[in-house]
Amino acid sequence: MAELQMSPEISAEIRRASRANQATRTGTDHVMTALAVGGTIIVLVPLVAILVYLVYKGASSLNWAFFTQTPKPVGEQGGGMANSILGSAIVLSLASLIGIPVGIAGGVYLAEYGAGTWLGNVIRFVADVLNGVPSIVMGIAGYALVVVHQRHFSAFAGGITLAIMMVPTVTRTTEEMLLTVPNSIREAAYGLGVPRWRTVMSISLRTAAPGIITGCMLAFARVAGETAPLLFTAFGSQFYSKSLNQPIAALPLQIFSYALSPYDEWHRLAWAGALVLITMIMVSVGLVRYVTSRGQLKGGS
Amino acid sequence: MGLAIGVENLNAWYGPTHTLKDVNLQIPANHATALIGPSGCGKSTFVRCLNRMHETNPTARVEGTVMMGDTDIYKDASPVEIRRRVGMVFQRPNPFPTMSIYDNVVSGLKLNGFRKKAVMDEVVERSLKQAALWDEVKDDLRKKSGASLSGGQQQRLCIARALAVDPEVLLMDEPASALDPVSTSKIEDLIFQLKNQYTIVIVTHNMQQAARVAENTGFFLMGKLVEFDKTHKIFTNPSDKRTEDYITGRFG
Repeated sequence: MAELQMSPEISAEIRRASRANQATRTGTDHVMTALAVGGTIIVLVPLVAILVYLVYKGASSLNWAFFTQTPKPVGEQGGGMANSILGSAIVLSLASLIGIPVGIAGGVYLAEYGAGTWLGNVIRFVADVLNGVPSIVMGIAGYALVVVHQRHFSAFAGGITLAIMMVPTVTRTTEEMLLTVPNSIREAAYGLGVPRWRTVMSISLRTAAPGIITGCMLAFARVAGETAPLLFTAFGSQFYSKSLNQPIAALPLQIFSYALSPYDEWHRLAWAGALVLITMIMVSVGLVRYVTSRGQLKGGS
Repeated sequence: MGLAIGVENLNAWYGPTHTLKDVNLQIPANHATALIGPSGCGKSTFVRCLNRMHETNPTARVEGTVMMGDTDIYKDASPVEIRRRVGMVFQRPNPFPTMSIYDNVVSGLKLNGFRKKAVMDEVVERSLKQAALWDEVKDDLRKKSGASLSGGQQQRLCIARALAVDPEVLLMDEPASALDPVSTSKIEDLIFQLKNQYTIVIVTHNMQQAARVAENTGFFLMGKLVEFDKTHKIFTNPSDKRTEDYITGRFG
């Protein structure tokens, strides 16, 4: 067995090298740590800056009227965005109600049924392309698909357009998350005589749920601030809307038109609207996270 | 009560690979039967054919007859029906990570639509006691996830989960190979207790284990069942030269 042992020269050489490199390694470690910390700061600074600036510009215009009144005509003081806040909530609920189930169903198909099939590959490719389509193009598509047929703008058209924008993100994250569920867990369910559909619903989806929820929240937060697709579909309104078939106000639209206006009062309202929009997104994402993390078991995934 | 299993001319493939070749075997009811053999000899594939788990692999194919009691499992029943009657314990413990200990045990019942709470409480206690896990977990049944237990406890939880659906046959695919010696001996004790009520088929790499728990032992080699006999006979006086070489450690 002697020839399998390392020769003393090589052995000594390796030990010398590992000692000599110690200083360099410690140095590299510090540099890399500094780079990572620096990167984190570079990412966080603009985010915090935006938030602080929004609070600085918008908080002073926030008052009771902002949340309870509809916009006033040009020249009159006061007024609020109550109809826009409500409108955004309606359009986003509609979009989530359509987009999330369809998206999750698509992801389930890709991961559990269509893996490696021709149709699966096509769907995955289309989802990726759809993810990269500019939002203004989605707006025009929504216009052509819904508005032209209905012959008028509507909350419905806005909701569908945003739903279509949510689907690819939700589908792809659902697929990715389902693929991280170990096959042994599925086999455990099959071994108990659980049918495949039930295994998908109660085992695979449930195990992957935290990741899928994150994906849904990402998709939601992304479309919550979209303006362009709504310009051609929901259109905006100065009043409370009474039906999903009518044009409806939305915060991004209202911010857009107020920010472009020549009036200082409207500029201030736009800042306040932006602050409310970002707060709404943060609160709804936080709320979903809180609700879904409750009742989790000790030592679970 | 367990059922006898009769296997005739069983052949199985993964894609083009012929992993089981003409296996004929009679497994008696209410006894433990061990299957030994080197890695890749087809013994895992064989037990996966006994509950139609083999066919969950899209490239897999099976031919031949498997009788469980009076049922031809490939002709007279759906895979789902068969798997409800045949429990399976896998090589690596695989509790459902999102479920509590309690829910893991009754998962087979709940996922098949069973809802009576009083019955489930009773099943949980009985199954965990059968699996010798009750005393260790009875205070955390609903608080802790199945995945928070130690490896040996997880495997006993998986056994309890398999027993909770009241199977007639229990298949164990190297149930102790990922466990430490203490957990292993607990599982062996368990098999010893359970084999009066269930037909147990256990795949193992550990020949002492086979000798300890099983009345009958089959030796697989390269997809074929080389020899099947009383465990005592296989280990002391095998009829086939290849069996003798394997158990004396000359190969494999």
